[in-house]
Amino acid sequence: MIRIERRAPLAPGTAGAVRLLGVLAAFLLGAAFLSLTGHNALSAYADLLRGAAGSSYAIQQTIIKAVPLALTSLGVALAFHAGLWNIGAEGQLVMGAFLASWAALTLRWPAVALLPFMALLGLAGGGLWALLPAIPRALFGTNEIITTLLLNYIALLWVDYLVFGPWADPSAFSFPYSRAFPNAARLPLLPGSQIQAGVLFVPLVAAALALALRHTTWGYEIRVIGHSPRTAVYAGMPVPMQILIVLGLSGAVAGLAGMGEVSGVIGRIQQGISPGYGYSAIIIAWLARLNPWGTIAVALGFAALINGGFALQTGGVPSAIASMLQALVLFSVLVGDFFVTHRLVAPRARAAAMAAHEAHAKP
Amino acid sequence: MTSHMVALWLASAVVAGTPLIYAAVGEIVAERSGVFNLGVEGMMLVGAVSGFIAAVRSGDLALAVVVAAAAAATVSFLLAVLTVTFGTDQAVTGLTLTLFGAGLSSFLGKAYIGVPSPVTFRPLALPGLAEVPLLGTILFRQNLLVYASYLVVPLAWIVLSRTRPGLTLRAAGEDAATADALGLNVAVIRYVGVLIGGALAGVAGAYLSLAYTPAWTDNMTGGQGWIAIALVIFATWNPLRAAAGAYLFGGVEALGFRLQALGGTAPSYFLRMLPFVFTLAVLLLVTARARRPGMPGNLGRPYFREERYG
Repeated sequence: MIRIERRAPLAPGTAGAVRLLGVLAAFLLGAAFLSLTGHNALSAYADLLRGAAGSSYAIQQTIIKAVPLALTSLGVALAFHAGLWNIGAEGQLVMGAFLASWAALTLRWPAVALLPFMALLGLAGGGLWALLPAIPRALFGTNEIITTLLLNYIALLWVDYLVFGPWADPSAFSFPYSRAFPNAARLPLLPGSQIQAGVLFVPLVAAALALALRHTTWGYEIRVIGHSPRTAVYAGMPVPMQILIVLGLSGAVAGLAGMGEVSGVIGRIQQGISPGYGYSAIIIAWLARLNPWGTIAVALGFAALINGGFALQTGGVPSAIASMLQALVLFSVLVGDFFVTHRLVAPRARAAAMAAHEAHAKP
Repeated sequence: MTSHMVALWLASAVVAGTPLIYAAVGEIVAERSGVFNLGVEGMMLVGAVSGFIAAVRSGDLALAVVVAAAAAATVSFLLAVLTVTFGTDQAVTGLTLTLFGAGLSSFLGKAYIGVPSPVTFRPLALPGLAEVPLLGTILFRQNLLVYASYLVVPLAWIVLSRTRPGLTLRAAGEDAATADALGLNVAVIRYVGVLIGGALAGVAGAYLSLAYTPAWTDNMTGGQGWIAIALVIFATWNPLRAAAGAYLFGGVEALGFRLQALGGTAPSYFLRMLPFVFTLAVLLLVTARARRPGMPGNLGRPYFREERYG
């Protein structure tokens, strides 16, 4: 039998190469799957690449999709830093979009007042939705994985109710979307592009997160709580309060992403404003090892994958392959990380190594 | 409501609760062995689509259920390799397995959307028992997968709590180091636990696509896998309590449909929220009283024997 043994960890550079190998392995596995199901893997990947980055339009579409991915991932990463699992970014995004849309559809304000207010409401919608599971987590230790997740379904059904019911566009018979927002409620586009100004939220949030985590007492406390909640309690840190703040902020960032989608990209609220950004966010945050700038880079890669996935559809390959590839990337990288600290040893080699070690031990 | 209407409602509680029973009992087996599998939703989807495809292609329901169980178990094998052999984080691995299962099922099911299955599970009155007042209507005018669940639940309970293999499985989940010292192979036990859990989740999926709402649609589980995971906590890792809980949740879900059928005024979106709201409320009640009562001691913790060399 081949055995698994601990080893001295690989040098950081080698470890990074192992992670890249993991990504490569994921695409090889994906290609094997495509071939097995009767598709041409090479042409599928070519379509994927073209759809993701083959033209200026494709690149802009990838960047547009990277915005909600990066924001939700940053929120999820913040919660992870405190050892908290926010699986509810999807619902928080939707609730942020809901509150922001309320302002867009009811207030007749000029853009200078309306847009900041909508952003604020987006933050509030996502933050409050995240506080719902944060309170029982802080008070009783109720597992937040399941509670944050269940709230996603409720949030999605709530928006379904609105867009099919009271907010339904009267001129679009039974289509699941609201009236179009007035111009004052639309985030402008970056000059000379299709990209909405909400893209600017991303570096702002990342910089704030990086600064807060590294250079403030608050960030220090969060990292201590994440490493060892018991130590944090002994050190007199306000752990329950920090849980509320961290999960609240984590949700607020996701809510801001929702505001960006309805105001900057879609221009109305509709069913299915997020094709699962909040779930991809968990994988992205994990792959980026919670590093804010790394999160943006991984989010771009995943946005390319999702965007390219739509292009595959025309070639007859279901776009669901994009979700499978996201999962395979994480699986392969997890296995790669394992081999940074472990190795496989064949029994004969193991015996030889033991003998060498013993010979060395008694000179 | 007349007693007949109550009986009909309870009968639909059993219909709606059955997939939760299969999924929750499977998750109990996996968690009792020490592996927290958050991939239930994804495994159910894989079971639902592969069972449906097998039924359409072969016209054989028994084969379809076997295929569903095997396909979901294969997907769960991936989780076992990652979490047991490579010691990866169980939460992130399981969540990702759900994404993987959703993608895989959508990929495979693309050509089967809107295709009717030539065979489906239909209610089958058990002669004699079906005539028992009330209970006959509630329990014995159901389909074969429901009847099979009447056997799976007590069987799982007896095996887990009263037999040697059950004790072995629980030992690996309760205290892996001690189990190892006693000469048990913790890794193999956990693989078995995860695979049984996967197979049962697959049956739950086949129930959805071949009995409950016979058809294949993307993401047709609609969160039932997550409710099943919550149910495990509520059931304190006991299959009998899981069955009781599943019927309770099924009753809440069925209540929504009943109210709609009676011409209730609440929009269907709120009725569809009911199971999720109810699950949340129950989770809060259970955890506010005591922290995770009945949880296996080493749940979620990878086990590696201390290395003496290397």
